[in-house]
Amino acid sequence: MPTEPASTAALEAARKLAGRVCAGERSAISQALNAVDDNRASSREARLALLDAVSPQARGVRIGVTGAPGAGKSTLLDALVSGLRDRGRSVGVLAVDPSSQRTGGALLGDRMRLSASARDAGVFLRSLAARDQLGGLSEVTGPSLDIMAAALDYVFVETVGVGQSEAQVIDVVDTLVFVAQPAAGDLIQFMKAGILEWPDLFFVNKSDLGDVATRAAAELRAGLDLGHRRDPDRVPPVLSGSARDGLGIDELIEALDEHTGYLKTSGIGEARRRQGRIARIEHALEVRYGRFGLATLGSETEVRAAIAAEPGASVDRVVDVLSSRIEAALCEHDEEKGRRGA
Amino acid sequence: MSSIDSRPERDRPWMFRTYSGHSSAKASNALYRSNLAKGQTGLSVAFDLPTQTGYDSDHPLSRGEVGKVGVPICHIDDMQVLFDEIPLEKMNTSMTINATAAWLLSLYIATAERQGTDQGALRGTTQNDIIKEYLSRGTFVFPPEASMRLTSEIVSYTVDHVPNWNPMNVCSYHLQEAGATPVQEIAFSMANAISILDVVRAMPEVDDETLSRVFGRISFFLNAGIRFVEEMCKCRAMNLLWEEIGRERYGITNEKMLRLRYGVQVNSLGLTEAQPENNIIRIALEALGVTLSKKARTRSLQLPAWNEALGLPRPWDQQLSLRTQQILAYETDLLEYGDLFDGSHVVEAKTNALLDEARGELQTILDMGGAVTAVENAYMKQKLVESQTDRLRAIEAGELTVVGVNEYVEAVDSPLVEEGAGAILKVDESAEREQIQSLEAFRNRRNTADAEAALKNLEDVIKNGGNIMAPSIAAAKAGVTTGEWSQVLRDVFGEYRAPTGVVAAPVAEASEDVSQVRKRVDELSTTLGRRLKILVGKPGLDGHSNGAEQIAVKARDVGMEVVYDGIRLTPQEIVQSAQDEGVHVIGLSILSGSHGVLVTDVVEQLKNEGMGTIPVVVGGIIPDDDADKLVAAGVRRVYTPKDFDLTRIMDEIVDVVAESNAD
Repeated sequence: MPTEPASTAALEAARKLAGRVCAGERSAISQALNAVDDNRASSREARLALLDAVSPQARGVRIGVTGAPGAGKSTLLDALVSGLRDRGRSVGVLAVDPSSQRTGGALLGDRMRLSASARDAGVFLRSLAARDQLGGLSEVTGPSLDIMAAALDYVFVETVGVGQSEAQVIDVVDTLVFVAQPAAGDLIQFMKAGILEWPDLFFVNKSDLGDVATRAAAELRAGLDLGHRRDPDRVPPVLSGSARDGLGIDELIEALDEHTGYLKTSGIGEARRRQGRIARIEHALEVRYGRFGLATLGSETEVRAAIAAEPGASVDRVVDVLSSRIEAALCEHDEEKGRRGA
Repeated sequence: MSSIDSRPERDRPWMFRTYSGHSSAKASNALYRSNLAKGQTGLSVAFDLPTQTGYDSDHPLSRGEVGKVGVPICHIDDMQVLFDEIPLEKMNTSMTINATAAWLLSLYIATAERQGTDQGALRGTTQNDIIKEYLSRGTFVFPPEASMRLTSEIVSYTVDHVPNWNPMNVCSYHLQEAGATPVQEIAFSMANAISILDVVRAMPEVDDETLSRVFGRISFFLNAGIRFVEEMCKCRAMNLLWEEIGRERYGITNEKMLRLRYGVQVNSLGLTEAQPENNIIRIALEALGVTLSKKARTRSLQLPAWNEALGLPRPWDQQLSLRTQQILAYETDLLEYGDLFDGSHVVEAKTNALLDEARGELQTILDMGGAVTAVENAYMKQKLVESQTDRLRAIEAGELTVVGVNEYVEAVDSPLVEEGAGAILKVDESAEREQIQSLEAFRNRRNTADAEAALKNLEDVIKNGGNIMAPSIAAAKAGVTTGEWSQVLRDVFGEYRAPTGVVAAPVAEASEDVSQVRKRVDELSTTLGRRLKILVGKPGLDGHSNGAEQIAVKARDVGMEVVYDGIRLTPQEIVQSAQDEGVHVIGLSILSGSHGVLVTDVVEQLKNEGMGTIPVVVGGIIPDDDADKLVAAGVRRVYTPKDFDLTRIMDEIVDVVAESNAD
């Protein structure tokens, strides 16, 4: 990867931008999000400087919202945003939409139909195309969340449907909420797919459907008691309500706050962020260089040690540093092969 | 040669209407009276967008929209002026009003009573079809459940108190404008009618006899496109399907109630800006499709004006449309015969084919839970966007011939639109200011306590599940305004944003042109450092989103990342969205004629927010003079209906972004 040295002025500008982001300035958040999305070699140093300055300041609560299409994720987000705004908290929403594999184009934001009351100065919306990540999150999801969490109290990331994205989204959020709709057979499918082991909170939507909804909540509780869970010490609460009618939203916000408190006091939150950081770095390196490339850094333990050696640096910085090492090793490997061949 | 006396007996012609209204109640009243004097036999009222979406003329969202696409009606005095010297007991009035239908009907009833006419004597139609507003026209306000409640309450009120009123005019018209095929037009509108009839049937006060009368009062409003043989067969198929639904689903046996009654406005979608005089012929041919067959003949007909793709029609343009109807009805021998097509194998086969396919599509919608579900899950909207995309692609590819547009484009200049011909109506820019002044004067002279008491009563009745009509008529008489009435409902029911339906549109097979633009988008994205991102915005109250949707889909197909948040956004919301989303370019779409104020607002606010370098392009029905003004204000490109080649528009947008980022 070619490196172009950034001018001191560019680095200074990046640090200044970071300061404005942390002060919650709207235009700065937008500019910074554009900057982390900028993949020109000439912008790289400025981007890393920005992320190094912002990442340690990113204290906002990150919440993933997932669930099958049609479960009512957008309506729920709309209600949550309004509820949090009523409590005077600032909110960011990052909505990830799929890209066309063929054209690279994407239609964004249709799911984020926030009502007028939810569009005020304390709400920041950004939609993101999933780009080349089939069914997953784009690489800029993590850095984008870092930027938004440095400026806003709550940051939500809404992902498309159900699938590979859950396993990835837990690397970038503190709390994962699963929105279920009371449709026959859905839950069994999710259990089979192993999706239900990741969420920290369940919200059974459309409680106005009556018995069906009550039954779905009961089935879910039973399934969670039996199944694998990410956090073995805690059975995730199953709430129900109707996002459309604003029912159960206060309870959901309380449950989110309760989980945030639990993460803090138990130390699990800190551990999760550490694990997430490692997973993001490893994932990024593996996407770029494959398992073979990653293995040039040594055993799994050695890789983790290498990551731990850069505790204050942003994920992207560590990826950058380790990329250079992998590239050097691969280069040596090629030369070795060349010598043997000759 | 036969003498006058021996002329054969003729059928009574359909009702002639012209969809009209603009500027103010006074100006519209003058227009109505002159149209009636020319031989028009019914009225069709066009309301402006604030009235249609429940805002007073002085509301911030009304800015630039007052009196533009119709007449502003804020209170009973406006309504009284609108029908001054037009006796309502003799008139048949069609009102294109949906979300606020209960209110405008209440004002109409209250005005009639002031004229000394009892509501029982009134004849006419409230469009009152909210499903197609969600799908195409965009003047919805409330969520589906509340909207269905309002519609059904108007139905149950009028069937007893205003028995000659058509409380709901199920519109397939706007579905065709949004791209619907004949099969979709039939199936979606039938599903729509069923969704209301099912609600009405479930009302405790509705017995079998009432249901039969309600069924008989539901009317339809159809479109007629240029493929006029197929359109005629479509009408015949709808007749058959409606009767079938009446008998089988609702157990109606009264033959009279089972008859499909419909009015028609012929197609505006196919009218062209290029060689606009050709539209005169298109309109006449389209009129044939819904009048030729006696069995499938429309009850009332509205013809658009030849210059609608250019701007607002003048009285002369509307007169030409009326004359077209009169020639067809009075000069030709059309009305002297029975049905011309009974026994035609060709017509019967085509009718049956449409009927079979429509039955299947209707069943698909009913199986998923009916029209309301198919709105909420965006099924119908996606189907319409797909059909429209197909149609536009076929025109671009030359598979569908549009004379003067993609074939036979060589032509001499039209004298109708030459320099100085003044081929469109200029709305008096002082209309908005005068309307606001008159509204303020009304508020000052009314009894405020009466109005407030009426609003309180309205709120109580709605919350307790009572019928909306009686308290609304009382509120009309007490001097309540359109905005106040609507606000009570907004507070109780909430507001709705409908799905845009664009996300699931399939990516089209790329033509060579599309591949070319895609390559340019890729290259520019590399230069920019991230993928080219565009915001497609619809500022103001105009809900005609078909154009914006097609632009959004095409931009995605050429590889752009597209942010499209749907309709009815303020300039401020658009600017905020552009900032949050970090877009490279903004495309605005406006068809209501309020581009002057709204586009300039967006450009100004971008500058104020330090985003003046983000280029803005605009599309809509924009006269040349206005386009020049917009360009002078900083708009980079202006597109009008003659720019049918969306791929070329995308290519130019790439140019615009490249220019703005060249340094």
